[in-house]
Amino acid sequence: MANKKNGAVLRYNRWGYIFLIPFIVVFIIFQFIPLISTIYNSFFEHYFKNGLTEVGPTFIGLANYAELFTSGDLPKYLANTLIMWIIGFVPQILVSLLLAAWFSDPSLRLKYQQFFKTVIYLPNLIMASAFAMLFFTLFSDGGPINSLLMQLGIFSEPYKFLSHAGSARSLVGFMNFLMWFGNTTILLLAGMLGIDTSLFEAAEVDGATSTQVFFKITLPLLRPILVYVMVTSLIGGLQMFDVPQILTNGQGNPARTTMTLIMYLNKHLYSKNYGLGGALSVILFVITGILSVIVFRMNKATEK
Amino acid sequence: MRASSKGLNVHTRRVISYVVLVLVTILCLFWFYVLFVNATRSHADLTKGFRALPSTNALKNVNSLLHSSNLPILSGLFNSVLVAGCTALLSTYFSTMTAYAIHAYDFKLKNFMFTFILGIMMIPTQVTALGFIQLMRKMHLMNSFIPLIIPAIAAPAVFFYMKQYMESTLPLELLEAARIDGAGEFRTFNQIALPLMKPAIAVQAIFSFVGSWNNYFTPALVLTEDSKKTLPILIASLRSADYLKFDMGQVYMMITFSILPVIVVYLVLSKNIVSGLAVGAVKG
Repeated sequence: MANKKNGAVLRYNRWGYIFLIPFIVVFIIFQFIPLISTIYNSFFEHYFKNGLTEVGPTFIGLANYAELFTSGDLPKYLANTLIMWIIGFVPQILVSLLLAAWFSDPSLRLKYQQFFKTVIYLPNLIMASAFAMLFFTLFSDGGPINSLLMQLGIFSEPYKFLSHAGSARSLVGFMNFLMWFGNTTILLLAGMLGIDTSLFEAAEVDGATSTQVFFKITLPLLRPILVYVMVTSLIGGLQMFDVPQILTNGQGNPARTTMTLIMYLNKHLYSKNYGLGGALSVILFVITGILSVIVFRMNKATEK
Repeated sequence: MRASSKGLNVHTRRVISYVVLVLVTILCLFWFYVLFVNATRSHADLTKGFRALPSTNALKNVNSLLHSSNLPILSGLFNSVLVAGCTALLSTYFSTMTAYAIHAYDFKLKNFMFTFILGIMMIPTQVTALGFIQLMRKMHLMNSFIPLIIPAIAAPAVFFYMKQYMESTLPLELLEAARIDGAGEFRTFNQIALPLMKPAIAVQAIFSFVGSWNNYFTPALVLTEDSKKTLPILIASLRSADYLKFDMGQVYMMITFSILPVIVVYLVLSKNIVSGLAVGAVKG
């Protein structure tokens, strides 16, 4: 590199900065300044009483943060979010592992792989709000699913899916599962195809069954990707919004058991609760930041 | 580990995997099948319950949806296409430019910038939304498409994909040759680098388009006038109105309108999309 550094090259290299200008300018205006002002807002008492009378802004230090934690709403909504994430993530990782193992197994020689991959990835591209509206109509008390279940004789009367905490949360988790397991399968498949095939051949020579190969070779070697999938999914899970918002019309029914953190933030944004909304944003920012650092470290480690 | 698994031969395992794959396929497609069937049924028919086969009311539902007074579907469709189209264009063009800056040049802050862009990749738009909306209000950009389109210029994930792709397809010798031929740096980027990046741009354009098309959170905060609303906001307004008073055939047709374009484009281009995903995933 050093022997190339003459005047002409340096003059060219100035263009590196020039080509970065659009990114940097847009980042500063639309992300950096908003981030700073969000953090700034979190230290002030600033809201609209009854939506009309402006209160503040008055500097109150960390009082907004204290209120979020002591009022009990934040822990409750964090728990809701995590519960619905787990309901979706556990089946997602199991099904994805199974499908990826089958797709990558050379002895199975599955046909129509492209078709199956296309189908399982499809739900990921569907507008989440439309998908949630669809599920709302399908699972409503007089909707097609209830009528189908009654026609099949499974239920004698409509089951109110959205009136019970368990079924409403499961519905959100199930939709998250549907939307993301295809994506996870393709990620895990890429990881499995990257494993040195001589390991599998050696195992075969030693007489290992496919189940043994999966648990003793594939799974341990896949651990970094599994952790990566889990952390990125958790980051995405914390941002869960569209599905529960539309499904419950922003209410988090029944009894706010499906209210997620971002739905809570959205409420503050609509009612212009700048102080509390700011504090909530900062908390979410810190949590995602910590999780991102984990992902970042792992990417660095795997690149070396 | 169960001893019996030793006994499963390849043939049995193949049959099991096909059965499971078919079940998974049904699980994925069932909802959309019911949606398309229901979009062809009349409101009166829909109240009678589940039906497995399509009816003949599709055109009537389309017609009543287009002439509905409380759902500005045509302007919603237009707004969605406009916002998503501009987002895809800007996002891919400028992300390629950003990647090009890091790939083709050597400058002091190069490594710092690369790490920095990757570092901000995971910041969710939601956590900056409060400051973002305040700023847009001050800049008088509420009910404008600018806050939804321009930020796409700084898209770290698209940048990262482009950077990865460049490493394998854009040799620096080629750019050197263009320089010797006397091409300016900006022209070299537009006429030599950009055409070579076409496959990557196509994949990312689709993802940016779909991402923007489906986006609900930020547009719902920025766009409050009916004439400016995009499809996801209209869908949400279906839910927040007393939905029982709606013509259900119309509701299903509206959902179909919002997701069918994406499904069609996806099925046409699925080969590129799914393999493109795997390319990104290897480094993931």
